[in-house]
Amino acid sequence: MAEVQEKADSGKGGKKRAKKMSVHLDMTPMVDLAFLLLTFFMLTTTFSKPQTMEINMPVKEESPEDQMPLKASNALTIIVGENDKLFYYFGLGDPADNPEVLESDYSANGIRKVLLSPRVKSNDKMTVLVKAMETSRYKNMVDILDELKITETKKFALVDITDNDKTLVQQTLGQ
Amino acid sequence: MPKVKVKRTKPTLDMTPMVDLAFLLVTFFMLTTQFSPEEAVVVDTPSSVSEIRLPESNVIVITVDKNDRVFFGVDSKQVKEAVLNKMAGKYGVGFNPIETETFSLLTNFGVPMNQLKSYLAMSDDARKKYDKTAPGIPVDSTNNELADWVHQTRLSNPKVVIAIKGDQDVSYETVQKVISTLQDKKVNRFNLITDMENRPTNL
Repeated sequence: MAEVQEKADSGKGGKKRAKKMSVHLDMTPMVDLAFLLLTFFMLTTTFSKPQTMEINMPVKEESPEDQMPLKASNALTIIVGENDKLFYYFGLGDPADNPEVLESDYSANGIRKVLLSPRVKSNDKMTVLVKAMETSRYKNMVDILDELKITETKKFALVDITDNDKTLVQQTLGQ
Repeated sequence: MPKVKVKRTKPTLDMTPMVDLAFLLVTFFMLTTQFSPEEAVVVDTPSSVSEIRLPESNVIVITVDKNDRVFFGVDSKQVKEAVLNKMAGKYGVGFNPIETETFSLLTNFGVPMNQLKSYLAMSDDARKKYDKTAPGIPVDSTNNELADWVHQTRLSNPKVVIAIKGDQDVSYETVQKVISTLQDKKVNRFNLITDMENRPTNL
């Protein structure tokens, strides 16, 4: 048990030795309380601030003529579809080009392999266009942005989906 | 061999260092703790490998819950009061000091401007119950109140950082509406709040 030693002074002074008296103080309730508070604060405290992902959207141009058109050879389009589906094709999706739409997934062997493939990595001008369908989940869009971060793809843009892309996806699904 | 006499003493344990430590930790946690604010909606954010942390202050958090409702929240009390006054002037709704005070204590809210007054008049319990069915802030192109909230907050506090906290199951359509609202207000840099995820080691 905890002890607090206390010297009792007789007060008479002189040679008389002070009588040694030990006062036993039961610290247990105090310790109980201290640990209760400790546990409470440890459990309620929030240490980590939430994590964020920073994205920069392009400034909306007043005049579309000022913008540099992207060359189809330097474009990779990723379409985030509904039900966690994912499609990609090289180029800008002009129906005249008849792009080959491929299906992929969010696993390590899916879209990450494509983003790390020499065709994307060795081309400095390669821009990844991310087009999310209205019906796709928000999580999938974040996953794609995450994959772009993991593969250190610097040039990418979030683009609104076009009817063209929807038709292409429909065709791929129909096959 | 003589019998060894076992001395019977009460074992004494000096608890003082332990108590010292316990109180040190109590003090530490008491001083560093920040109670997590009570939010109107609970959202399950998607995870990412990003390691950027959200700033402590000057943050607008736009929460999008899985029922496509949009909630708006600012952290600073002064900014909230200033913004409410400006919005009241713009939409022609008057707020008394009690309602302003109630508003400045809310973490976030999701009601259109014309219902805000009755929302603020509710008791805390009733408001909590109402939040489950609250309509959210309108973000349609015809009636975009979120744009006004963001605009007025940025006027009151130019340093403010905008973060979108979306539920992982929300359809992209709603998030897209929020993003294009921000772009219309010339906000081209914003954050998406995510959970932690380990970065894959082998690529």
